[in-house]
Amino acid sequence: MNINSGAIPLSQLPPGEAGQVYAVLGPGRGVQLRLLSLGLRPGATVRVLGRGPGHGPLLVEVNGTRVALGRGVAHRVLVIPSQKKG
Amino acid sequence: MRIALVGQPNSGKSTLFNALVGLRAVASNFPGTTVEILRGRTFVAGKPAEIVDLPGIYSLHAQDPAERVAREFLLHEKVDLIINVVDSSVLLRSLSLTLELAELGIPMVVVLNMADEAEHKGLRIEKEKLAEILGVPVVFTVASRGIGLKELLSAIPAARVPKTPSYSPMLEEALTELVPIAQKDQRYAHLPGRTAAVFFLAEGEDLPEAVHRKLLFGTDRSGAMILADERAALAARIFREVARVERTKPSLREHLDDVLMHPVLGYPFLILALFLLFFLTFKVGGALEGLLLPPLEELSEKVRELLGGGVFPQALAGALDGLFAGIAIALPYLLPFYLFLALLEDVGYLPRLGFLLDGFMHRLGLHGKSVVPFVLGYGCSVPAVLATRILEDERDRLITAALAVMIPCAARTVVIFGLVGRFLGPLVALGLYLLNILVVALAATILARVFPATGPGLIMEIPPYRWPAPRATLGKTWLRLREFVKVAWPILMVSSFVLALVEALGWQPYLNAAARIFTWPLGLPAQAGVPLIFGVLRKELALLLLAQAMGNENFAAVLSPGQMITFTVFTIFYVPCLATVAVLLRELGKRRTILVILGTTGLALLLGLLVRLLSFAF
Repeated sequence: MNINSGAIPLSQLPPGEAGQVYAVLGPGRGVQLRLLSLGLRPGATVRVLGRGPGHGPLLVEVNGTRVALGRGVAHRVLVIPSQKKG
Repeated sequence: MRIALVGQPNSGKSTLFNALVGLRAVASNFPGTTVEILRGRTFVAGKPAEIVDLPGIYSLHAQDPAERVAREFLLHEKVDLIINVVDSSVLLRSLSLTLELAELGIPMVVVLNMADEAEHKGLRIEKEKLAEILGVPVVFTVASRGIGLKELLSAIPAARVPKTPSYSPMLEEALTELVPIAQKDQRYAHLPGRTAAVFFLAEGEDLPEAVHRKLLFGTDRSGAMILADERAALAARIFREVARVERTKPSLREHLDDVLMHPVLGYPFLILALFLLFFLTFKVGGALEGLLLPPLEELSEKVRELLGGGVFPQALAGALDGLFAGIAIALPYLLPFYLFLALLEDVGYLPRLGFLLDGFMHRLGLHGKSVVPFVLGYGCSVPAVLATRILEDERDRLITAALAVMIPCAARTVVIFGLVGRFLGPLVALGLYLLNILVVALAATILARVFPATGPGLIMEIPPYRWPAPRATLGKTWLRLREFVKVAWPILMVSSFVLALVEALGWQPYLNAAARIFTWPLGLPAQAGVPLIFGVLRKELALLLLAQAMGNENFAAVLSPGQMITFTVFTIFYVPCLATVAVLLRELGKRRTILVILGTTGLALLLGLLVRLLSFAF
């Protein structure tokens, strides 16, 4: 068995896949609170719906709310990818 | 009685406000478009009441200026009742704000708005249970269709102070210990003890040693995060109590984003949307102008005859001309622009625009939210500068405001199309718009070097597509137009009056001589001095006055093509108009406003010189 937590930055989660938020890294109380108030808190399930071209932002869904996250922000949200069914 | 509407962005707060007090508010489907406090009057249970619409906020303790406006109001103004407007379809995350409001100790009513959308999503909410938990009346509404308003009005007299949320024993103990400390703090001294303690914990940087040890066990987490976390957990518990998710099936409008926000397919639609916005604005605006201009010109002639000669009557006639210009020249284009933009906004397209352009804006050192002030700038710089308040980061606000004032507004469009477009062809005019975008992008890149990015980047809610409520859309258009009229017309009239006075007294030669310091290097005739000086007051004046000063509306006879382009380019970039300077002063402060004025004027001179050199070459 693998004892790696398997957490990856949200920015690396491929479109269409979901994961559980594990931690929000880095400084900035404002960022953490803003993400929290949009529902992006540890334990929440977040799904990547799409991403902008090039260095574009991520479109994610959490608790029925859609949120656009710049790459810089998405790098700082750690998620544990959900097991794929089947 | 004073009632404050408080809710998260996109909760339909402003639509509810419009429904309650009439056509007087800005409603919007973009986070934070209500950046200022709107007030209206109505009657509740037979008594007069003032309704205050506060900017949409995610939290009372968050950071952007629009949110701070709401926080300040709730903490320092007398508020008799809070109507907490909640988008029912995202009840879970909205409850955190509801709990924050419950700590204020002000009587409250909770409005579960957009009840139809929650139902669509398969979300069943038991409002009685929520009312029992919070200890306040809860009503369902669909504000865009006027459903539930009567129930809301009859619930207001039953409003109660909500039950105080309670947290874990550790947190409760910390709050109790913080009460005396918080009440000594200037910022919270006027609040009830527990409320003061909650705000101190949520916003204070340093906790007393003893409290810190007990609450945080020596970890490096902040008290603010602990409180926010516990509140979110409490909100989740309440949600599980009162709501059931019966089914979730993605609706058609959610699939719309598969196309409209697609990394490739999204862009043709974006270009189409912007093209339609500008094309329709020009079509409708041109028709309106053609309708308004001739009769007003005739009227102006008659007034001049009636008033006769003399310095003062002529100056008076000048002031009237200024008013007529305000009615017939910029307004016809502003009206359709704001109307179509409000439609795009209320449908929910603007955040998508921000998403699609985030990558591009990133390269300029900004992010997607800055797109909104830029687009607004094509109408008028004043609302564009105000809209920078939706940006959380101060550095982003400064750069966006400084750049947004360089976007050609309706008044400058008059100059571009009235001079270059008319005499050199619409393609050249369009070329100036492209040149403008290029220069703004270049300036952005330079500014990003000088002020490295400090903000985290884009965090923006993408609300669902919604049918615009006509009342709210018209209300927003009207409010923006009214702002323009209120600011621009007096300036136009006073400056036209002063100008007519200058003319009647024969002072133009002095002004023209003074203006030689920039008309000479730019290779413009001396008579262009007065128009450029008065153009600072209202940019469209530059063109109107040029016609007068040259004694000829056929500019092709008196100006070379190079001079026309130089004049126009200079007019686009130099000193933002007086109204814009006023709003810059308010938003950025004196020092930065002066920097913007000097920077844009320097840039205008530089570009004007470049155009002149190029025109020698051809």
